[in-house]
Amino acid sequence: MPSFLIPVVVKGEETVECQECHKRPATLHFTQVINGKKTEISVCNVCAKEKGYVTYPEEEAYSLHNLLSGLFNFDTSKIDNPTLQKVKDLQCPQCKMTFAQFKQVGKFGCATCYETFSDKLDPILRRVHAGNTKHYGKIPKRAGNDIQMKRQLNHYKSQLQQLIENEAFEEAAKVRDQIKELEANIRDKEAGDNA
Amino acid sequence: MTLEHFMNDAISPWMREEGPSSDIVMSSRIRLARNIASIPYPIIAEEEKLAEVRKLIEKEYANKSFNSYHNFEFIPIRELTAIEKRVLVEKHLISPNLAKHTNESAVIISENEQVSIMVNEEDHLRIQLYFPGLQLRHALDKAFEIDDWLEEKVNYAFDENKGYLTTCPTNVGTGMRASVMMHLPALALTGQINRMMPAINQLGLVVRGIYGEGSEALGNIFQISNQITLGKSEQDIVGDLESVVNQLIDHERNARDLIMRESPTALEDRIFRSYGVLAYSRIIESKEASNCISNVRLGIDLGIIKDTSRNILNELMVLIQPGFLQHYAKKTLTSRERDVLRASLIRERLQLEN
Repeated sequence: MPSFLIPVVVKGEETVECQECHKRPATLHFTQVINGKKTEISVCNVCAKEKGYVTYPEEEAYSLHNLLSGLFNFDTSKIDNPTLQKVKDLQCPQCKMTFAQFKQVGKFGCATCYETFSDKLDPILRRVHAGNTKHYGKIPKRAGNDIQMKRQLNHYKSQLQQLIENEAFEEAAKVRDQIKELEANIRDKEAGDNA
Repeated sequence: MTLEHFMNDAISPWMREEGPSSDIVMSSRIRLARNIASIPYPIIAEEEKLAEVRKLIEKEYANKSFNSYHNFEFIPIRELTAIEKRVLVEKHLISPNLAKHTNESAVIISENEQVSIMVNEEDHLRIQLYFPGLQLRHALDKAFEIDDWLEEKVNYAFDENKGYLTTCPTNVGTGMRASVMMHLPALALTGQINRMMPAINQLGLVVRGIYGEGSEALGNIFQISNQITLGKSEQDIVGDLESVVNQLIDHERNARDLIMRESPTALEDRIFRSYGVLAYSRIIESKEASNCISNVRLGIDLGIIKDTSRNILNELMVLIQPGFLQHYAKKTLTSRERDVLRASLIRERLQLEN
């Protein structure tokens, strides 16, 4: 459920009681947005923390390090499981960093580590990046030309799907031609790279 | 041009320009972390490999100019004294972390000190750009141009799904940290900032003190930056940050109005007392100095103190730091000696204004 909280500062001196405990005065005011619907929330510090409206900075500020060490420091040696054992022994062919070392320092040794440890990476990335595992940002200009074309192709394809659903066939035909052209470009380029 | 150029002025040339909302936002920064695909990362690489990176950057970029950024000066960190390193950290031209890795680390800085590229920090390359006031989007455009310029000669470690492959999993994806330095005296005075911080954290942003991670919010200066680098485009990350910063600006302005309305005399008293301390004290610690400077700057913004330039906050905040004081004295100073020199430099600086 896409939901987020927007902090609101209440002007003036009016005191509102906390809507959770109805005892203490509310000190935090939010606009909560759930699926586009807005609700005003006024709670006290204690309830805000208990009900999970906020995580407090003293807990959050250094959490990254704790979080990482927490993630990496599970003890696999005691578990008699061949898959886990294999993961533990994984070693990067380029920089020789092992998965055990990676867990310990929380840092990669080289670009190839990402490939070497790829099976174990997504859960870690999800926790660090609020559930995300895929990059949607900039692509290198020179090295990323192919990727750029593939992204554009995917964009056209979803556009085409949309247009067909909306029965906008004339425009759909145009987009289809653009797809064909782009696909031909990609094929030519691949042929060129392999030559 | 020599290193002296960067060491002598507390205030960087770009700070002299006034940016949007510069009564509250001191500066906007974009940092991009980049690595070279074929070379192990600095935490694990052999010295010869890191020397390759250093030499490549020196050969291709030392003394070059790009767009409006002129004469990039290449500075190997091992050639710096402890005090010189400290001054560069205090001016935010290098990170404390770069100052620690000395052997093969280096920095390349544009003449106007707006762009600095750190070599062999935690990542092979860290591109940093600073702009006065709130101009994150502009800073992002310019950072991308510098990034493309570097990519002409450097093969970046990049993956279609994971993005820019950084040393730390907390930077992977965009490799970008966008941050804004804000002066929020009224929100601090009314205690509102402490109530807002949890909500800001909730939005995937971090609030820190002026010198980054773990540092105190000296002089009511807060640094707000994005925490998440994966799953969102750079433009979206910057947009989210900017909207929170705009809200903070509104809240700060409202809080200033409120104080001016409710207790103008107490506020004036506080501002002029701080001015008095800065103008007349003979011994001053950096914490007291920071707080007084913050109050004086608030007084300037509210029109209570006239004929003093706004830049005073930017300038004095660097001038009063231990590294800069010792560079000025040209020797190592005890903490008491620093407090004396600090007081005298501040007095001198304030007299310049009148």
